[in-house]
Amino acid sequence: MLQPLQMNSNPRHDNTGEVGIVYKAAGEDTATLQFTGVWIQGAAVAKPVGTVIAELSSGQRLCRVLLQTHDLTEWDSRLPAYLVQIVDWCQQKGIPVDVSGLPEGVQGLLTLARAVPERSGARRSERGASMLAEVGKTVLHGLKDAKGLVYFIGEAILAVVAFLRGKARFRPVDLVLCIQDAGPSALPIVTLISLLVGLILAFVGAVQLSMFGAQIYIADLVGLGTVREMGALMTAVIMSGRTGAAYAAQLGTMNVNSEIDALKTMGISPVEFLVLPRILALVLMMPLLALYADLMGIIGGALVTVSVFDVSLIQYYNETRRAVHLHDFGIGIGKSLVFAILIAVAGCMRGMQCGRSASAVGDAATAAVVNSIVYIVVADSLITLICSRLGI
Amino acid sequence: MAYGDFLIQQNLNFTIDRGDVFIIMGGSGCGKSTLLKTLIGLHPPAKGDVFYEAQNFWKTDADERVLIMRRIGVLYQSGALFSSLTLSENIALPLAEFTGMGRAEIQDIVSYKLALVGLAGFEDYYPAEISGGMQKRAGLARAMAMDPEILFFDEPSAGLDPVSARLLDDLIINLRDTLGTTIVVVTHELASIFAIGNNSVFLDPETKTMLATGPPKTLLAESTDPKIIQFLTRGERNVKQSSANCANSL
Repeated sequence: MLQPLQMNSNPRHDNTGEVGIVYKAAGEDTATLQFTGVWIQGAAVAKPVGTVIAELSSGQRLCRVLLQTHDLTEWDSRLPAYLVQIVDWCQQKGIPVDVSGLPEGVQGLLTLARAVPERSGARRSERGASMLAEVGKTVLHGLKDAKGLVYFIGEAILAVVAFLRGKARFRPVDLVLCIQDAGPSALPIVTLISLLVGLILAFVGAVQLSMFGAQIYIADLVGLGTVREMGALMTAVIMSGRTGAAYAAQLGTMNVNSEIDALKTMGISPVEFLVLPRILALVLMMPLLALYADLMGIIGGALVTVSVFDVSLIQYYNETRRAVHLHDFGIGIGKSLVFAILIAVAGCMRGMQCGRSASAVGDAATAAVVNSIVYIVVADSLITLICSRLGI
Repeated sequence: MAYGDFLIQQNLNFTIDRGDVFIIMGGSGCGKSTLLKTLIGLHPPAKGDVFYEAQNFWKTDADERVLIMRRIGVLYQSGALFSSLTLSENIALPLAEFTGMGRAEIQDIVSYKLALVGLAGFEDYYPAEISGGMQKRAGLARAMAMDPEILFFDEPSAGLDPVSARLLDDLIINLRDTLGTTIVVVTHELASIFAIGNNSVFLDPETKTMLATGPPKTLLAESTDPKIIQFLTRGERNVKQSSANCANSL
């Protein structure tokens, strides 16, 4: 099917089904290009237009270029797209082009394509930027991001202050809906994950502890590990994927749909109206979810310990009570409060800063989850470090 | 006006009088919508001022600006209804937030505004459940909810059939005549421009500035600028000459 393009000194009449350009010198300073065969997108390989132009510009200086067709059986956009580049090149070089030998339709399309000149500055000149430029752009982008974060946190704090003074404008029913969504609706998945994490902790501990017959201390390990660490952490990871991403997507879509603009022009602060209820809902619900996750984790650990390692439920219960103190719960709940703020801020910020396209909403949701998980892990390490320094 | 370093329009200077139906017109991409954003408080100008009566809109403090913004209503191109609220909740929102009215009274106003735009009975529908033209009309009902002094329209007839577009034009004139609302319309619909506009500004994307301001009919009759004439006559008075140019240049 694909045939190589040939360039002859004689016009060819008998070849249909081939994309061809015949190039003949009519006079010493006139070049004639004859287009023959089938010029349909995907029909056959044509000589790259750059080569044709290079060949035209080699040789001696041309005074005229004639574009003609000969036995052109079929054509579509491929032909004018090819021709327009030759015409543009000739124009640049100041060589007159005669298109009268082309079919009327092709002439019309050529005129149409060149009717509106390219707008100066419209073409992006970013292609093939150097590495240095890329680094610079990344740094500038990072700075802009940081500025956006500071700005957003400032606005969020102002909104919280307005709320505390009882002046924030939002619909209480929205807060209730957000609470429903960030709290009770998340219970099933939190149950499942926490139970399994408790189970895993118990097994991991059991391998070591049973070597010297200290299976009873699985209760300590599971209890402390869950209450101080895993309960809050796993809840936060679940909520960042579940609620943080949802916040980013909701607000991002509202941005795409100009709903946030509409709020602003109504004189309602979108941060108070949209972000505040979401932050409040997460801050109220996350500690409760973390507490619930603690319970589930301990139950998970108990399941393994009691059924596999010959420790009675009462023993497990008593050992847990001995090991886990109230301040351990305090640390876990404190962490979950911090995580709640981080998730809500990351999710809402990405949503509010979302671009105005469908793909931007997806990017915003992804960025919200990635950011909040990074924030969570960093914050968790810091808090754990501080706690161990303080000896609590 | 600019986005970052990208200049959109410069050297704009025009006045919108009370009771005007003012048209912001120009070809695609000339900055009509950006100008609208600057006028309604969404996009600060890189340089220059916007005055509402004696108040300098962008130089006054944010609280004052919000007060001015409450006196205006905006109909966005897409309608921009809150998708999580029903039509009646959408329209009731500004009323509930800014007036101390009771729920029943607000409901009466909501029903009245919906009837005004031909959507009586659609109170409990969500925006996603109605057609694009209906969303636009509901957006108008919401923009009118607070009886604003100035109403801004971003491409009101885009996506409407000719009859609906004509009805919208009638509604706009009606609002101006009955309530004395000042109306600012961003559009490039010639039929609307001549039917409703009594003043206008013409933006040009190439020179990045305004080419003229004045009543559209006067511009058509008196302007000598080929771009304005070409725009206002759909290119009919100018197109032959330009196509001849193109042919010659080949």
